[in-house]
Amino acid sequence: MRSHAKRLPSRPVILLLQLGVLIAFFLIWHLLTDTKILSPFFFGTPGAVLARTWADFASGVIWYHLGITLLETALAFIIGTVAGIAFGFWFARAPLVSVVFDPYIKAVNALPRVVLAPIFALWLGLGIWSKVALGVTLVFFIVFFNVYQGVKEVSPVVLANARMLGASSRDLFRHVYLPSALSWVFSSLHTAVGFAMVGAVVGEYLGSAAGLGYRIHQAEGVFDTVGVFSGMLVLTIFVVLIDAAVTMIEKRLLHWRPQDTGGGQH
Amino acid sequence: MAEAAAAAPALQLEGVTCTFPSPDGRGRSYTAVQGASFTVADGEFVSIVGPTGSGKSTMLNVAAGLLKPSEGRALSFGQPVTGINPKAGYMFQAEALMPWKSALDNVAAGLEFRGVSKAEARERALPWLSRVGLEGFGDRFPHQLSGGMRKRVALAQTLIVDPKIILMDEPFSALDVQTRQMMENELLDLWAADRKSVVFITHDLEEAIAMSDRVLVLSAGPGSRLIGEYRIDLDRPRDVAEIRMTPQFLALHQEIWAQLRDEVLKGYAQTKLR
Ligand SMILES: Nc1ncnc2c1ncn2[C@@H]1O[C@H](COP(=O)(O)OP(=O)(O)OP(=O)(O)O)[C@@H](O)[C@H]1O
Ligand SMILES: [Mg+2]
Repeated sequence: MRSHAKRLPSRPVILLLQLGVLIAFFLIWHLLTDTKILSPFFFGTPGAVLARTWADFASGVIWYHLGITLLETALAFIIGTVAGIAFGFWFARAPLVSVVFDPYIKAVNALPRVVLAPIFALWLGLGIWSKVALGVTLVFFIVFFNVYQGVKEVSPVVLANARMLGASSRDLFRHVYLPSALSWVFSSLHTAVGFAMVGAVVGEYLGSAAGLGYRIHQAEGVFDTVGVFSGMLVLTIFVVLIDAAVTMIEKRLLHWRPQDTGGGQH
Repeated sequence: MAEAAAAAPALQLEGVTCTFPSPDGRGRSYTAVQGASFTVADGEFVSIVGPTGSGKSTMLNVAAGLLKPSEGRALSFGQPVTGINPKAGYMFQAEALMPWKSALDNVAAGLEFRGVSKAEARERALPWLSRVGLEGFGDRFPHQLSGGMRKRVALAQTLIVDPKIILMDEPFSALDVQTRQMMENELLDLWAADRKSVVFITHDLEEAIAMSDRVLVLSAGPGSRLIGEYRIDLDRPRDVAEIRMTPQFLALHQEIWAQLRDEVLKGYAQTKLR
């Protein structure tokens, strides 16, 4: 009988279940490595990974690397977003430009960005800027396409109405195009922030002297499985935290939108 | 000079023809309106009725300066309409509110575009909200309002900038009968107070007669033209609910409906054919 019920349990129950999955994961991992079904050398053990992570934070070594990665992420995100918005607007408002550049934009976007990492390292050195550049190439296109879409998708009636009400082209930008484009940008914010971080970590992984990607690479070099997993754990925790922050910002800025898409939380 | 401008009609369409290219770029183009000519005097309330698809919205777009006619021209207060008609306010048939602005900010938008500070624009928008019966709804966003409420916000938004001629495209068709009559009377009061010119489009012949000085009848498309013009000499001020009971009203209704009915049937048949 109950199986027909479509209602989900309440939020605390769901949180509890989610927590249960996490604990179960660590428990199974622990059991499998403890009984040597999986080799602790290749798979680490949850106890060791947690202990290592804790030690890294306690001794403070991780903060420096985390700071570097976050700085690269933030710079890639900001530069990529600003450039994406500027070019998105330009292309959307200048049809000739958009038509001429269309195939090139598509080609560059289709290129796997990882192959650029060595080139950026060559041009910009092994410091943070080669990582920022890699992140920018990822973030830029997401924001660019969304802004372009946002400007193009403005309802012609809303536009005509604003013009009838006396809006100048500056007013149209501020009161119509920008809000519409920003709503598209914000809906892609999660992806953009995620990609900024991917750019930073992959860049560090492929060549640098600091950052979380560098630490994971170092650990791999000496077959330190626990170190690799510990690095991944730290990365995951911060991605989740950043994502939560983005959700909060999004809710504040997009409160005018109908909340019909999933989620359902207020 | 000034006198000539004052005497010029609020709106004058001269042989306006609107042809749209067919959607696929080839094939036959579609002529929505063919040689439409009419004038709306300063301070006059004119309704246009016609079957669906007969080009009513198209003519209004020409009057607003949003659409360049393929032939003919529009004049507003003696000035040829090229680009947006600055003397006109336009209440659109479709949803036209800015979804990212609250009801209050939507109403205030026109003032802001005219350089009024945001704070002052909001202050001046408040009484307009209560005038359309939406006191206390100012901080709602369009998606949080009902369809009828959105129409009322749009009405306040159009009127707050004090246009000399108001173009209204089926403004009240989304409202229930009571609210509708309330809004119709409110519009008549506003109109009587400062005698703006109004071009009012509606499907509803009764509404057209109750509100207007003159009713124009448009034939079914394609190539629709004005086929009838009726002067409505009912006394003012009017109450839109009461006036429907008077014998003059019924006589006018019968006369115009006789002509309109045939066009509506033709228009319906043509829409099905296309
Ligand atoms: N941009 C356009 N491109 C092509 N055809 C159009 C365009 N705008 C309008 N039409 C056509 O012109 C005709 C008149 O359209 P219009 O919107 O003016 O009708 P209407 O009288 O306002 O109808 P309704 O009462 O249903 O609102 C229709 O047949 C429509 O398909
Ligand atoms: Mg229409």
